[in-house]
Amino acid sequence: MRGIPGSMQVLRPRTADEAVEAFAEHPLALPVAGGTDVMVLWNMGLLNDRPVLDLSAVAGWRGVRKAPGGLRVGALTTHAELRDHPEIRRSFPLLAQACAEVGSVQIQNRGTIGGNIANASPAGDTFPALAVYEAKVHARSRHGVRVIPFLDVFAGVKKTVLNQAELISAVELPFLPAKPHRTVFRKVGTRSAQAISKIVAAGLLWLGKGRAVSELRFALGSMAPTVRRLRAVEARVAGRKLGPALVATAVEDAARDVFPIDDIRSTAEYRLAVSRNILRSFLQA
Amino acid sequence: MKREASRAISFVVNGAERTYKGPAFKRLIDVLREDFGLTGTKEGCGEGECGACTVLLDGKPAASCLVPVSQVHGRKVETVESLARGESLNPLQRSFLEEAAAQCGICTPGILLTAWSWVKAGGSADPEAVRKHLSGNLCRCTGYQSIVDAVVKTVKKRRAA
Repeated sequence: MRGIPGSMQVLRPRTADEAVEAFAEHPLALPVAGGTDVMVLWNMGLLNDRPVLDLSAVAGWRGVRKAPGGLRVGALTTHAELRDHPEIRRSFPLLAQACAEVGSVQIQNRGTIGGNIANASPAGDTFPALAVYEAKVHARSRHGVRVIPFLDVFAGVKKTVLNQAELISAVELPFLPAKPHRTVFRKVGTRSAQAISKIVAAGLLWLGKGRAVSELRFALGSMAPTVRRLRAVEARVAGRKLGPALVATAVEDAARDVFPIDDIRSTAEYRLAVSRNILRSFLQA
Repeated sequence: MKREASRAISFVVNGAERTYKGPAFKRLIDVLREDFGLTGTKEGCGEGECGACTVLLDGKPAASCLVPVSQVHGRKVETVESLARGESLNPLQRSFLEEAAAQCGICTPGILLTAWSWVKAGGSADPEAVRKHLSGNLCRCTGYQSIVDAVVKTVKKRRAA
């Protein structure tokens, strides 16, 4: 079974208002942005006879703009645009690095940040970076915009909390209060391109008086149904100096916020061991 | 708002304005091959993993098996047919011949376009950088070395010129 083009009615809004109106009128329509996930399923013949809401012409949802206290990234901004954007590279380098590791150049040129979030894969490569930057997702419907903290967007594997009539219009990135002393981004996969992550990690660390930790933010992807911040680890090290004993305890705590599984890409044991290694080398550095 | 199962979709293919009339959700690769007769673009996996169907969309590599034609209205598409001028090969194609960088040929059109986007954008002659740029294009015959050699050679020749 293949995709049958003639079975698809395509709606092509030009503005945000047209997009949310069309989605309200056609609640079963399939939103399509860069198509890098949707078209794979469609090619397999799994989505025939659905109306399609092709969002690619909504100009207002493209590009990176200054916003009060941060940047506003339009939902249709591609991974390639984020990877290369000077202000993203300067203020949110872990996001730029994550975007450079997504799929291949072909995928980076087409896949969008809004589509990546809406698809809600447990292995989304941009998610740990967005989690430590404490991004906010703008969900737009004909009733207005709902602002959702990034971690609250995900309800489970491939599930979001978006309502039937809501579309992601933008991602808000608040500037960090101060430059972190250490940062880390790591994607662990079978090969550098196209691999779906076995583990993906992002971390930010600020040190205060006497080199004590003033704040740690650390997030892992592919380690639970949704991206997770390691809250137990973050709380364990807050206000304390990173000596060998504390690092050892913190690394043990890593298991408290994640639920790795065995699947076709890896094992729970490998995932946890490698996550702990990444965390340990980040805290010890 | 535009709302129909099919309509006229116009875009530039290899420098010429073309109009497609048919289902708007047809894949770009199928429009190129079936409607425009440009069979140089090959389908590999149909999942965006192998890069065989790569074309340049507004100058950037994209997997044409993942692009509904509704999304290319008003844009610019380049296929492998755009590279040579009649019997006169593009410098990258010449390097591919000289380095024996093509065997069965299925992956070659996609690799040529991904590599050409690198050469045109002034990409470096560092083999590791070339490998990273080409990492979304699979080849099951050559082992890649001859392909990387051909791209590096083209970049160096262009710089020397």
